[in-house]
Amino acid sequence: MKTIMDLREDLDTGKVTSNELFSISNKKAHEYQDEFNSFVTIVDKKEEQESNTLLSGIPYALKDNFSTTGILTTASSNILKDYVPVYDATVYKKLKDAGAILVGKTVLDELAMGGTGTTGHTGIVRNPWDKNRQIGGSSSGSASAVALGIVPFAIGSDTGDSVRKPACFGGIVGFKPTYGRISRYGLFAFASSLDHVGCLTRCVKDAAIVTDILKGKDERDMTSLPDEDIKYSDVIDNDIKGKKLFYIKEITDLNLYKDAGEETLEILNKFKEVIEKCKKLGFIVEEISFDEQLLKAIYPTYITISSAEATSNNSNLTGIPFGPRGNGNNINEIMFDARTKGFSELIKRRFILGSYVLQKENQERLFKNAQRLRHLIVDKMNELFKTYDAMILPASGGIAPKFDSEIDRMSDRYLMLENHMVIGNFGGFPSITIPSGFVSNMPIGINITGRVFEDGLTLNIANKIEEALGYKGLIKEEYDV
Amino acid sequence: MYKVTIGLEVHCEVKTNSKNFSSAKNSYSEYPNENIDTVDIGLPGILPVANKEAFKKALMMALALNCKTPDIVMFDRKNYYYPDLPKGYQITQETKPVGVDGYIMVNVNGEDKKININNIHLEEDTASLDHFNDYSLIDYNRAGVPLLETVTEPCIHSIEEALAFLEALKGIFLYTGVSDARIDRGEMRVDVNISLSKDDTLGTRTEMKNINSFNSVKLAMETEIKRQTELLDKGEVIEQETRRFDEENMKTIRLRSKADAIDYKYYIEPNIPPIIISDDLIDEIKKEIPMLQFERIEKYMNEYMLSRHDSEILVKDKKVSDYFDETVKLGLTPKESSNFIMSVILGYLNKFDMTIDKFFFTPNMLYDLITMVNKGEISSKQSKEVFLKCCEENKEPKKIVKELGVTQITDDKTIRDIVIKRLDERPDLIEDHRKGKNTFNYFVGEVMKETKGKANPSLTASIIKEEMEKR
Repeated sequence: MKTIMDLREDLDTGKVTSNELFSISNKKAHEYQDEFNSFVTIVDKKEEQESNTLLSGIPYALKDNFSTTGILTTASSNILKDYVPVYDATVYKKLKDAGAILVGKTVLDELAMGGTGTTGHTGIVRNPWDKNRQIGGSSSGSASAVALGIVPFAIGSDTGDSVRKPACFGGIVGFKPTYGRISRYGLFAFASSLDHVGCLTRCVKDAAIVTDILKGKDERDMTSLPDEDIKYSDVIDNDIKGKKLFYIKEITDLNLYKDAGEETLEILNKFKEVIEKCKKLGFIVEEISFDEQLLKAIYPTYITISSAEATSNNSNLTGIPFGPRGNGNNINEIMFDARTKGFSELIKRRFILGSYVLQKENQERLFKNAQRLRHLIVDKMNELFKTYDAMILPASGGIAPKFDSEIDRMSDRYLMLENHMVIGNFGGFPSITIPSGFVSNMPIGINITGRVFEDGLTLNIANKIEEALGYKGLIKEEYDV
Repeated sequence: MYKVTIGLEVHCEVKTNSKNFSSAKNSYSEYPNENIDTVDIGLPGILPVANKEAFKKALMMALALNCKTPDIVMFDRKNYYYPDLPKGYQITQETKPVGVDGYIMVNVNGEDKKININNIHLEEDTASLDHFNDYSLIDYNRAGVPLLETVTEPCIHSIEEALAFLEALKGIFLYTGVSDARIDRGEMRVDVNISLSKDDTLGTRTEMKNINSFNSVKLAMETEIKRQTELLDKGEVIEQETRRFDEENMKTIRLRSKADAIDYKYYIEPNIPPIIISDDLIDEIKKEIPMLQFERIEKYMNEYMLSRHDSEILVKDKKVSDYFDETVKLGLTPKESSNFIMSVILGYLNKFDMTIDKFFFTPNMLYDLITMVNKGEISSKQSKEVFLKCCEENKEPKKIVKELGVTQITDDKTIRDIVIKRLDERPDLIEDHRKGKNTFNYFVGEVMKETKGKANPSLTASIIKEEMEKR
């Protein structure tokens, strides 16, 4: 499958029609479904919507946690397995209005909580580069659908790194813009203060094109940002000479990884090669030091805040106004039963954790302290952004994990390398992951996180690096038809 | 005897076009689930949008209660599970309420008393539940309706004070137009906290929630004070707990103890960014607050020299008070205006179940009518008839007076001619009068007969007296 711009040209020159494109996507979606399980729902009837935008006639996939009128939307959870929404998410509406063609609703980690693609109620999602490996999550099906070449782009949601991590494991681009740039109305909330809408594409330019369509003020989302006058796709080729990037010593210094596995070391070495290429491009790249205590706090801070908000956000799932009704002798038993049956163990664990940190006697020590840490981390980033235009780091400390891999208790160091992308959610910073090569025949990626509101510059920097690295539009040969 | 200490929490629905966080209509409906949208039933993916009108009205109420208002308006989530709460949390204000540290003045049996307000905050109402034998029905019409909760300090020390406060608070809601405070529609609900003690230290309190009428509040307080008194008399301790008032059996029943109290896990609502409250907005809102009941009563008593009783009647309904003020502004004396309003107009409105603002007879007409009486053009008895005719036929008093021909004869010569004629006819009665018999009224009657009652009575009397003395 080609990029959006390639397909645009094919459509405009009459090489292909939008009906043909839809049929190709639909056919591929069905063909790969058993093997990879990208979709909860494959749409077999093409939406007829003409428009004159760049996305008109272009097929895409939507994560199954965006509200779509009349189309089953499950959030990959049993508690919503039969839920058919009665309203459209702003994102879906904008894409419809832009003429983009919905091919299907993609599998996620249940309720978008998780990063493995193994917890959806319809089964696990597999990595197109190696079926024995995870694609990551929670935007698992969206990543695999793009990586398989079923669609040129897909929509995901990103609360920790749920767009950017699976993009990395799938060898594609994953971008989430500044918090509020894209309306969250109709996105099933996981952790409202961290939730972002993002897109998965074959190249940086496509990410800019999709974001141009999705961004803008929405009266239904009070946190949405005012409209801007620029198009990101117009600025991604700007000259970047003299732009300043930084990376964090405490995360990337090879000397700190004496006990690390081969793949992690290779990823770090390849990262250094990327840095050199960046310098050649004209970037000024510097290593900076970041308080290690704060870095170690990232993961627990994230788990504390996101679980707390998730507990509250998902309290509407009681089977009372909608959803499967539970059994019981009184109202509490009925709700209890619906929730007991409706959620998997992992979800329940998160809810218990969330409730615990919000309890009166714990809130100050746990929830409020986590919020203070979040502020400290964001303040530190903003201070760095006074000097630098963006942060560049490896998007993951390893290649996509195998399904049967033992999940050992990870070291603090590895957790820092693996989870730093959540900084982008803490501060609402625009953040993008692009492919940067291969390790053990699996794609790896780098992440670029920019100043808040500067989505255009972030995409601009990523686009220039993408050009230099040359890993654009990756698809594993056997699926590249 | 124990010292009673009462604290009140009063929930009152705010009158707005749409709900607090959704665009569904905020309006009472007999039909269930008519005024709802996706937000009100908590569908996945919905987001709250704060209603500007609601928080402006909330700020107005906070200012009317002499509260300090915050620099920003923020909302919090109160988390608990109940079928009347579709989102599983209620959006309310915990961190930055619209008002804190306020007070209002109330009058209890002629004495002014200050009631301190701890805070007033804006939140959303829940759905209403109807319970049947083996099932319950949910009506989401009320879910999301803006609700203002006013919390007093535990500074109320008698049932009379508590009721005076509730009446005063209701009055402020009505005067500011923030709420219709229709108790019959459940728009105003009261939680009562009561404790008893022998000295000035506070005793252990119990709470009774969601009491639906002021009379029930009165009965609940009486019942609970009695219960606590009996326990304390026996030397037992009061437990801190939530109780329910069972009006049928005049008992309060334990619902849950403090140990079972729900932890609401408050935290800041992440979907509503803080809304900055400018000084200009506060000034603008202040300007919209009319003079309130307590101040009006003071004015009527001190400036207008009306009795407390009359003043209280006049201010009961703001529209009546505004009507009265208007007639005084036009030039009527407070006394003559209030007399006519209280003795004639209020009775008429009551009889026909009308409100004074939707009624034909304007303050200007009342001014004209009373001025005619003052000029002696009609009698005060006639003024009431004219008033009724005006209302009946939707015509101005001057027109009615002309049509009915009720204008008084105040012309000296016309009356004097009749008097002379009648005196001439009955010299015998003049003779009787001189001997001490009362024949005076006969002549008055004759004049009235001839003028069909239109002769000015006092003028007639003085002319008859004059003419008799001449003979």
